[in-house]
Amino acid sequence: MKKMLRYILIGSIVLSCILGFVFPNHHPHFWWQKIPVFDVFFGFIGCIVIIIISKWLGHQWLMKKEDYYD
Amino acid sequence: MINPLPPFLIYFIGALLIPVLINKRLKQFVALLIPIVAFVNLLHMQTGRYWAVDFLQYQLVLGHVDRLSFVFAVIFVIASFISILFAIHIDETGQHTAAYLYVGSTLGVVFAGDLFSLFVFWELMAASSVFLIWYSGTEESLRAGLRYILVHMTGGCILLAGIVLHVGATGSIEFTVFDFAPLSSKLILIGFIINAAVPPLHAWLADAYPEGTITGAVFMTAFTTKSAVYVLARSFPGVEILVWLGAIMALYGVVYAVLENDIRRLLAYHIISQVGYMVCGVGLGSQMAINGASAHAFCHILYKAVLFMGMGAVIHVTGRRKMTDLQGRALYKKMPITLALYMVGAFSISAVPLFNGFVSKTMVVAAAGGLHRPSIELMLHLASVGTFLHTGLKLPWGTWFGKHDGPEKEIAGAKEPPLNMLLAMGLGALLCIITGVYPRVLYNLLPYPVNFQPYTAYHVVAMIQLLLLTLAAFWIYIDKLGGEPYISVDTDWFYRIPGRKLLSFCEGPLFQIRSGAQSILDSIVRKLGSFGSNPVGSVENLWPTHKVDTMEDSKGPTGSSTHRFPNGLGVLLSLLILCLFIVSAFI
Repeated sequence: MKKMLRYILIGSIVLSCILGFVFPNHHPHFWWQKIPVFDVFFGFIGCIVIIIISKWLGHQWLMKKEDYYD
Repeated sequence: MINPLPPFLIYFIGALLIPVLINKRLKQFVALLIPIVAFVNLLHMQTGRYWAVDFLQYQLVLGHVDRLSFVFAVIFVIASFISILFAIHIDETGQHTAAYLYVGSTLGVVFAGDLFSLFVFWELMAASSVFLIWYSGTEESLRAGLRYILVHMTGGCILLAGIVLHVGATGSIEFTVFDFAPLSSKLILIGFIINAAVPPLHAWLADAYPEGTITGAVFMTAFTTKSAVYVLARSFPGVEILVWLGAIMALYGVVYAVLENDIRRLLAYHIISQVGYMVCGVGLGSQMAINGASAHAFCHILYKAVLFMGMGAVIHVTGRRKMTDLQGRALYKKMPITLALYMVGAFSISAVPLFNGFVSKTMVVAAAGGLHRPSIELMLHLASVGTFLHTGLKLPWGTWFGKHDGPEKEIAGAKEPPLNMLLAMGLGALLCIITGVYPRVLYNLLPYPVNFQPYTAYHVVAMIQLLLLTLAAFWIYIDKLGGEPYISVDTDWFYRIPGRKLLSFCEGPLFQIRSGAQSILDSIVRKLGSFGSNPVGSVENLWPTHKVDTMEDSKGPTGSSTHRFPNGLGVLLSLLILCLFIVSAFI
């Protein structure tokens, strides 16, 4: 089941990349909007950056024991 | 033709009526009827200024109706119906009363045409909504409510200071677009952005909303922050600082949501994030951006209600509010309908095509693009990734699925919530889909004509790419994204920890300094008093030059009565001063 879901996800990503080439942005505001698979990289890297930076900030400073304010 | 009533009045009448009704069914009927009456009333309201009341030398306007106020009023009334349907099973009449005072005062803010009535309704919002926190009845809710009301009253004072300065300088109380340069406008802006939960003035939201009652929190998600967006859109469109504050806000909420273990607090951080899009849109100030901010407020109220109702339902049936207490207990088997409805809200907030977040969020982002703001566009784009990561993936995973090493495999007694709760969630979810599939319904309500088409092939494909790869990254980090049994300190730390230290300093050292100073001053006053009553005797007591028996004979040469000034002198002086005043008054 897990394997099948993984294949579906990978297949969907590949399909979305192909569609990105088929349907380019005809009115781009910025240079990156001309790249057909920009959001593939942005989504993946952005998500990892959010997780890593947030967790780092949390474990360094922000996260405290639950009775911190008591 | 029906003559419409001021919408706030309908809710205030409801708030007064509900407690006096004895029959439970009748009470429920009236509670549900009020928003319907308010909606019909709204449909009869035409653009213009109504219900003007003379007050001192000013004129209060309780009904300033235009397209901007109308779109916010429509969604507030719809949200009140969904929220009261979700809450209709509870017997605590006080909660309904507080909720309807809250909704009524929000509508008062929306239609306020002058700053005085705006301020009164603004304060009423805070004073009524705090009861939706206090009705939880826990120690935490009592404290969080107290912090909530203190922050809002501080905001109210700043707003009032701004209003007083503005009225003093211009002589006008009209609530309209302000010039941002004077101090008065800056104070008014601070008052507004406290309610919009703009960092660093946002901590009240994540502190208080998760402590609210299960049903009260649903009301709270809709009104305070979105009414703040409305007043910002009316009075400060195009103010540059709002662009940056909004974009930072959108990311700020995302960062905290990664760390959060409390299921409703995680959603509260995403309110901050989503309101960031609206504040940014207001700051961008173009017609498309204001449309985007209004549309996003409309959609946000719907999907956030669904999300808060979903998590409220989980807390209602399990009594648990932390992911660490819920994950790995196969709750999806017990609450599949709640899960499905929650996911509609989650797909909406994540801007999945065919759900309403897609038709509004993309409008704000496109507005940033249209104004050639690359960094703002990228920041908002990145916040979209975080939104799907938390609300669409982490939270449902940690609540209904997830992994758990302990012996408890299922939560005993967990089941679907009462029918009215499911109906309310269903109605909210349905509206999310309708506005997502057929956005023209929403676009026709917006303040300006809409020339934006969300469903272009490029937009849809780009969004799908973004979401699929967020899902892929989530899958990779899935083991790191479960709940952790910690809390995250936020800017409320500054008034919670140093505030407590200040209090103990006041109770300890400062109190001792005060009482020490008081005893010293007391003894000085006592000595001066005795010196005043008997100056010669006091001097002689200090430096006895010759022995005089003052104790035995008070009428002797240095007795206390002998050297006191005669009373007549004091009376004479008083009369002279009085005469001087009278003479000066006539000159």
